Parts: sequence; structure tokens; C-alpha cells
Amino acid sequence: MTRLVVTSIGPASSVQDGGRHGAQRYGLTPSGAMDRLALAAANTLVGNLPFAAAVEIGPFGAAFTAREGAVRLALSGAPRNAEIAGRPVAFDTSMTIPRGETLTLGFAKGGAFSYLAIEGGITGEPMFGSLAVNARAGLGSPYQRPLQAGDELPAQAATGAPELRIELPQAASGPIRVLFGPQDDEFADDAKQLFLNSEWKISPTSDRMGYRLEGPVIKHLHGHNIVSDGTVDGSIQVPGNGAPIVLMPDRGTTGGYPKIATVISADLGRLAQITAGTVFRFKAIGMAEAQLELKKLAQLLRSLPDRLRAIDSMELNVDALHDANVAGHAVSAVDADTWYPPV
Amino acid sequence: MEATLRPPRLLPSGDAAITVEFSKQIDDAANQRVLALDRAISAASIAGVTETVPTYRSLLVHYDPCQIDFDTLGEKLLTLTKIPAPPNGGTRHWRVPVAYGGENGIDLENVAKTLNTTPDEIVARHVAGHYRVAMIGFTPGWSYLSGLEKFLHMPRRQNPRILTPSGTISIGGVQTGIQCLAGPSGWHLIGRTPIRTYQLHREPIFLLEPGDRVTFFGIDEKSFAEQDKAAERGELVAELVAS
Repeated sequence: MTRLVVTSIGPASSVQDGGRHGAQRYGLTPSGAMDRLALAAANTLVGNLPFAAAVEIGPFGAAFTAREGAVRLALSGAPRNAEIAGRPVAFDTSMTIPRGETLTLGFAKGGAFSYLAIEGGITGEPMFGSLAVNARAGLGSPYQRPLQAGDELPAQAATGAPELRIELPQAASGPIRVLFGPQDDEFADDAKQLFLNSEWKISPTSDRMGYRLEGPVIKHLHGHNIVSDGTVDGSIQVPGNGAPIVLMPDRGTTGGYPKIATVISADLGRLAQITAGTVFRFKAIGMAEAQLELKKLAQLLRSLPDRLRAIDSMELNVDALHDANVAGHAVSAVDADTWYPPV
Repeated sequence: MEATLRPPRLLPSGDAAITVEFSKQIDDAANQRVLALDRAISAASIAGVTETVPTYRSLLVHYDPCQIDFDTLGEKLLTLTKIPAPPNGGTRHWRVPVAYGGENGIDLENVAKTLNTTPDEIVARHVAGHYRVAMIGFTPGWSYLSGLEKFLHMPRRQNPRILTPSGTISIGGVQTGIQCLAGPSGWHLIGRTPIRTYQLHREPIFLLEPGDRVTFFGIDEKSFAEQDKAAERGELVAELVAS
């Protein structure tokens, strides 16, 4: 059977999709891709549903070999040097690895996570409607853990469909937008101002559970213990040491630290792509604007199939494509039809 | 009591979830209202509501802003808190076996010492309690129980442990809990249960529901080992007293 063999891969690389929803009331975290727009773009390029399972590749390099047949796939998200059998290939395009050949990917440039979608999707046994890896809960398929060298992903034989590229809008830039709450009343006004007016960096100890922030100490009004309540992707909780943590898709479903603010849905993917050490800021906006941005993202996700273009020539201007990609792209998190992917 | 009967606060948890806060404290009356609103939302099947997460003092309501906006949903939720909630249809009562003390509950001796009593009395009091699943969270199946008698209240450890065993029964502050998966905990470990509150490839995958009633009974090491094997095979092991 045709398969894609992981010949080398770094940490923080796993099979991810739109996540599993509906069991947070039992403590089961949703997981799912860190950058949903990039996941959807890669899937759309090979004709998959936008939130089908794909390989989320962490910041380090990786290599994949097609066995028993040719494998058609697409790359999106944080750009990297990429080549098949020594020939450069571009991000935000589909491509085919001939049987026995290898796709080699370098380090992520200007982002943290890239997505490799396989034509026909990844075959596995969904639990709660998802193949996403959640190692702690023993969930994920075909592997219940991050990918390792030697792992094999069953794939359909390449259909030979013409290769495509996808035109994504200019990457959003500027501060990461937040809504204050739900526990911003646990912080004095000057602490909230300090949060907004400071430069922040993502700590290298960050992972899919949370992005730890480096910057000034944010003090609580009444101490750092609240009675645990529910969390969302993007919850910014402030533990006792005053160093905020942005909760990411592998977060605990409940948490006992005050949450000063929440990253808006439209900026979650952009935050996920900020690399350790890069300086950024937060900006507070209102509910109406945040929900408008979310609707724009939902519209963009719906429009992805209309953004596919034929690749006219095999002699791609790879450098130009790379340049166009280097900024990564905006945002995250919705299905093409509804905010939550079908369970 | 009175404090929790005021209308709840609607707190935005980002642009796709609302925290309905009934109290800031661990409060049984507030938890009852949380669970009542949870049932009411389920019965009302509001278009756009995707998922709810009950906790001790608040209900987190996930929604799709493409289908319903914050203000509209907020008003609907407040309305639902004002009308009588559908009854908790036949509250389930689980009897949960626990091997107390020894290797299964390494903090039992210390808890007894701190509370100026014997391990036997701690166990007797813990077994005598009637508890309710106030919330499930943190990791799959981690069930926080309300109803711990005041005598057994004990502040959490100064230094949380990085790894505590699966099935741990513990005391943390005013709560007792059933932990399913091995993981970090700052609570006092008094015993272990063979039951799995979360087990894949078993029906149901999640044993307990928020609102379920729980009592404990003591078992010896030998029974623990037997029931642990049975649970591993997919048996429930816990006894369902009423449903």
C-alpha cells in the first residue's frame, strides 16, 4: 500500500486536524492545529475538507519518503526551504513525491508550524471525531504521540491531478488583539495598562499547551488563586509569578489562575506562529470588532477553494513564491461552514 | 446562600465563549445553579451553542458567533437562569471502591497527624460522606467532588507533586477528588480506586457526569488488585446504586 514514511522529524510534530469537540465537560481538551488557516490552505490544495487531519511540523527540519507509490501533498504555514529529490518546491502549492523519492524540509522561517496535507487525507481511527494527537489522554491516530522517524502514514496513490497554488491574502501584522476578561477585575488598571503597553516575547519553554510570555510582572489584586473555571484557546492566565501564559489547543479544560484577557479567535493562528524571542504587543479591542474579525476569517476559509490557481509552468519561480510566503499568514480556527468543525 | 441567588455575571471568555459566573467561591448553592443552567441550556437547544463546561461556580458556554452574538446569547442565558430548570432526571449514585492508605494513599498518615486524629478516623469520615460531582476538568475524568465535611478540609501542599498515580483519591482544600490519569497534583493522596472515570474503548468512555452522586467504600489490597484488572478489561467496577 502507498504510504508516506517519516524519514526524519523534529520534536513538536504531530497529526492534527480541527480538534475534538464536545467532551470538554469531561476534562478532554480539544487539541487540533495551532494555525487553522494554514491547515485549511494545505488541505484545500489537495482537495481535502479544510480541517482534515494533516501533519503539523514543528520548527525543526523534517523529511518524508513516498513508498510503494507516488504521494500527492501540499505544504502551507511557516515557510521553509523544501525540495523533492533535490528540486526546490514552493509552499502554498501542491506537489507530488514520485515513488521512492524524498521531500526534505529545512527549519521553519518566520514562523513555528508548517502543515503537510496528503491528498485523500490521513487514514486513521477517529476518537470523538478527530485524529488529533493528545498524548496525555492516549488519543490520536495512527499514532497516540508526536511523530518519530520511521513512522508510516498510509496514503492514497497520487491521482495525478494537476498541481495547484493557492493565493492567500497578505499576512495580518501589528499587535495580537485581545478581549479583556473573564477575570480582568482581578487586576488593577495599572496592571492592565502594563499588559497592553509592554513588549512581550514567547518563552522557548512554550508548547502546544501554552505559550509562556516573557515581559514585565503582572500583579494580581487579590492573589493568584481563583476557583477553577473553564478555559478557551487563547485564555491568558496569570499564575503566581506574574508571567502570563496564553493557553493553546492542548490546554487543560479548566484552570485556577485569573485570566486577564483572551486572544481573539482571528489572531490565534498568528500568535501560534510567533517564534521564541520575537518581540510583539497586545491590543485590546471590543466584542463587536472581535466577532467581526472572526466572521471575516470564516469567510476567508469558505473562499479557499476559489483561491486555487493552476500552476502554468513546471519551472516555478520558487524564490518569488518563498518571498511571498515569508511573512506567513494571518490567523486561525474555523471550519469553512461553521465556527466549530463537525464532530 | 443569598449572595449566589443574585443574577449571575456574564463574562466574555474571548469572542466565542461566555463564562456565566454564579459565585467567586466554592459554593454548593452556586454549583447547583451551574448544573441547573447546564440542563436548561441542553433542554433549550439554543442554535449556535456548541459545548458547555460546568465548574464549581460558573458555566462556560462555547458558541459560534456566526450564528449568535454575545448580547443575544447573554440575554437568553439570563432568561434561562430565571425559570425553573428541568429536574436532574434521576440523579445517579455511584459507590466507588477505594484502597485507603499505605502505598495507595501515601499522605493518609500525615493528614491524620495534621488533623490530630488517626488514619482510621480519616477513612471512616471520608467513607461516611455524601458527595456530588461538582465538575470534571483539568485532565480527562478528573472529578472534583463537593460535600467534604469540614473536619477533613486541608490546604493543598506547598509543593505540588509532578507525578501522582492514576486512580488517586485525594483531598485538596474543601474538596475531595477522583483522579483518573497519572499526572501532577498538589492534593493530599489518601487512597486509590480501581475505577476508571475515563477509559477508551469502553461504553461509556466517561463514567461520571457532573451532578452525579458519589459515596466511597473501603477495599483491601487484594480486592484492589482484582478490581484493577477487571477495570483494565473494561468493566465499570463502580456500583450504580440508583438511576
